[in-house]
Amino acid sequence: MLTHFIENASSFGQDIDSLFSLITILAGFWFILAELILFYFIFRFRRKKEEPAKYVTGEKKSEMKWIKIPHHLILVCDVAIVIGAIFVWVKVKQDTPPIDEEIRVIGQQWAWSFVQPGPDGLLDTADDISTVDKLHIKVDTTYRFHLESVDVVHSFSVPVFRLKQDAVPGRTISGWFKATKEGEFDIQCAEMCGLGHGVMAARIFIQSEEKHNEWMTASASRTNSTQLLATTPSQKNKTKQKQNG
Amino acid sequence: MANLSSSEALSHSDSGHDTHHEKMSFWSKYVFSTDHKVIGMQYLFTGMFMALIGGFMVYAFRMQLAFPGEAVPGFGNVSAGAYNALVTNHGTIMIFWVAMPVLIAALGNFLIPLMIGCDDMVFPKINRLSYQIFLLSALVLIASFFVPGGPFGGAWTAYPPLSAQAKFNLTPLGAPMWVIAVALEFVAFLLGGINFITTTMNARAKGMKMYDIPIIVWMIVIASILFMASVGPLMAGAIMLLFDQTLSTNFFNPEYGGDPVLWQHLFWFFGHPEVYVVLLPAMGIVAEVITVFARKKLFAYKTVLYTTFATGVISFFVWAHHQFISGIDPRMANVFTITTLLISVPIAEMLFVYIATLYGGSIQFKTPMLFALAFLAEFLIGGVTGIHLGASGTDIYFHDTYFVLAHFHYTFVPIAIIAVFAAIYYWFPKMFGRMMNEFWGKVHFWGTVIPFNFIFIPLFMLGMAGQHRRIYNYNHFPDLATPELQNLRIIATVALVIMLLFQIPFLVNFFVSMFKGKKAEANPWKANTLEWTAPSPPPHGNFKVFPEVYRPPYEYSVPGRKEDYWPQDSKD
Amino acid sequence: MSSQVPIATGRSSTGIPTGKLAVWWVIASEIVIFGGLIACYLLYRFRFDHWSGFAGKTDTLAGAFNTLVLLTSSLFVVLAHQAAQRKDTKDAFKYLWLTIGGGFIFLIVKAYEYTSKILHGYTFTTDNFWSFYYTATGLHGFHVVAGMVIMAIISFDVRKGNNLHRVENIGIYWHFVDLVWIFLFPLLYIAK
Repeated sequence: MLTHFIENASSFGQDIDSLFSLITILAGFWFILAELILFYFIFRFRRKKEEPAKYVTGEKKSEMKWIKIPHHLILVCDVAIVIGAIFVWVKVKQDTPPIDEEIRVIGQQWAWSFVQPGPDGLLDTADDISTVDKLHIKVDTTYRFHLESVDVVHSFSVPVFRLKQDAVPGRTISGWFKATKEGEFDIQCAEMCGLGHGVMAARIFIQSEEKHNEWMTASASRTNSTQLLATTPSQKNKTKQKQNG
Repeated sequence: MANLSSSEALSHSDSGHDTHHEKMSFWSKYVFSTDHKVIGMQYLFTGMFMALIGGFMVYAFRMQLAFPGEAVPGFGNVSAGAYNALVTNHGTIMIFWVAMPVLIAALGNFLIPLMIGCDDMVFPKINRLSYQIFLLSALVLIASFFVPGGPFGGAWTAYPPLSAQAKFNLTPLGAPMWVIAVALEFVAFLLGGINFITTTMNARAKGMKMYDIPIIVWMIVIASILFMASVGPLMAGAIMLLFDQTLSTNFFNPEYGGDPVLWQHLFWFFGHPEVYVVLLPAMGIVAEVITVFARKKLFAYKTVLYTTFATGVISFFVWAHHQFISGIDPRMANVFTITTLLISVPIAEMLFVYIATLYGGSIQFKTPMLFALAFLAEFLIGGVTGIHLGASGTDIYFHDTYFVLAHFHYTFVPIAIIAVFAAIYYWFPKMFGRMMNEFWGKVHFWGTVIPFNFIFIPLFMLGMAGQHRRIYNYNHFPDLATPELQNLRIIATVALVIMLLFQIPFLVNFFVSMFKGKKAEANPWKANTLEWTAPSPPPHGNFKVFPEVYRPPYEYSVPGRKEDYWPQDSKD
Repeated sequence: MSSQVPIATGRSSTGIPTGKLAVWWVIASEIVIFGGLIACYLLYRFRFDHWSGFAGKTDTLAGAFNTLVLLTSSLFVVLAHQAAQRKDTKDAFKYLWLTIGGGFIFLIVKAYEYTSKILHGYTFTTDNFWSFYYTATGLHGFHVVAGMVIMAIISFDVRKGNNLHRVENIGIYWHFVDLVWIFLFPLLYIAK
């Protein structure tokens, strides 16, 4: 249902969309049922001279069942939703598939910096490629990202990936994604971060391996011409907490 | 107790309050009064005034979203900083200075002594102090709009380090003033809450047992207890945040070992029960209104109480569903998903009980009833969309999108706007001794409820399209700057302006009826609860003879009786 | 008219006097405030080992002495309550002021502690431990002062024989203030 509003470009996006559909169908069933009964009662029991109101306490067993049965049915639906939710959550946030590439994502007032390994394939070496507000990645490649913040709480959100994670100053929070579609999409900051929160926009460029490598060679030749806006907090912070294993 | 009430009646008639009353000056009668009804009205009018400010703010920033960059008539250009300040203070005002004072303080003050059959709150001076602190808090917040650096703009959740350090939020005065205002408001409601709880526990009319207390009184008392139990840690947190802002401590500063996420825990440990703090009184209003206008006994009174208790208890164990993606241990999300979905059970049950109450009724569509029914119909939407957000898996996507925004407005607007209007139309005759105009009431009803849906259904769609909150201009995001999405934003804004315009007939109706309306009798709706046995409006001291209670509050259409209602205080 | 006590105040559906009931609810709301602060302190305490070094720098002897002072003042307030019960207004007045005196000694010792800590360079912003130390003891001290002021106001009323039941209410509050200290003392002074 969600793809009607926004396309999906990640490996786990489909799971989140399915969970959305499951909840919408279950909750929607109860919603429509309740509204239909509500409006039927409103119409059926409108004031008529010849028909006085009934006296129903709702405390007899035969009356309570109208509350008790839906109560148990809702509980069953809740269990189904909880199972679905935990399944998706564990897949996206707790488990990590085999990683192909690592990148560092740094939020600061009010820009996103991205650090990825240069031709040597290793992060935190001299040939790292740093970019600001532009993230270039390969399609069908599993990335582990390390999210940091220099100043306040930001949130790294890629709607087409259905991916979101807060960047908390003083911590490095890791996660993963795998793009399944080529294209160019929005990255938003999803946590109020001050005056420029509304302009903290970035773009993600998902390209095939060849095109990505072309971009990488071109960027590597301009080594260090794009400076990071600030030092990586992980380098200077002593009190960092590892998250997500 | 028996001796007490007869001596009460004596001492009361002796005091001759009616003659006394007229001699009081304007100041002691309306400004420094300790009368619970006057204090209730003070809260109501302050809340209405703050609602006008909050409403103007939403007009300004919705216009900016529909027509980005263009000057908003009556406001001017909305810059990024102004936009942040507007959304922050809109949220703060609507929750802390509109929903809380009107639903808890105004209704609690006005109704509790009347509905339990006594002359005032047990601590009238503390009650007056509570209002004065509340007024001070509102003035501090309003003053913060005009200080150098501007008002605080770091969202109503005020996450540090943004809120804690002026170098990040750029509002060196606005941010501490915001915290002081909120903390003062908490103090006011703690004092008020103690009054509500002790009054209901101790000052009930003779014969009023636990299950004879009207649902709305129960709801306000339970809400006050929830508030009291949840606000403490945030009170401590507010002190710490204020010290961080003004004395440069480092409680929430990660550079010196502080933990910004700790504030989020403190905030949401309060923030989630707070939803129920305002929801419960609204549910109480609806219980009173639908029973009267359907002439029906409330379906399963005790079930309503038990579900309320269950909701109250579970509400303390769901807070981290606001923080699924905030960097907490991901395993915690699973626990909080379970508790969050569990809370859907008692709330759904409560709504079913209300719908079941309508069964077999004789429904009369007066304005208060229309608003109460609209509450049920609309709140259901807010309820079912909450499940998408409580389920951790989908919250990864929906967190901080307009889906969240539309969801909680589908709960808060029915609570703080629709249910409050039901309450105002219903108790207006008791408050001011005159009736409100039915025709204009219905105009106001349709003009409020229909546009309301046209505001927030487009916002649901924008949320599903991945639009995030608190962004002043979506043209910076190519995926969101499409004409289709912009049209949705314009629809929402136009609907909002229409809804705001339809509040004018309400205000006119309200103030004209206050002075020129048809005189109301003591019990115009033929209701059972004790407030309707007092004259309209009740004099100082409320009752000529204190009522005694003989039966539960919702004995409507009892078989074998001539009348279809049976007041709680009538002997036969 | 507005100064007149409403009839509602005299009622007691629960059987507990309204004033006493209210004091218990005030204490309930205070417990969560102090509870929140102490919970925050503990969360940090378990995270930072170097805090035990700071905790060693607090003046355990002064803290222990203050504990004794508060416990003694709690005894006085009980005696004041007993005196009020037998309508001995003179004795009640005396014991209330002895309690206030206990509060004074507590504050003087506190002031000495603060001064010596600040002179040693442990100020409000030295480290989060000290921020918690000053905030928690300061908030507690504020409650001590508030209790003393209320007690002083009540004492003159009591001497005239009015509102004797208030002695018990302020006593309950004073015990609570005492109890908070019983929690703060081991957490900030003893545990290293």
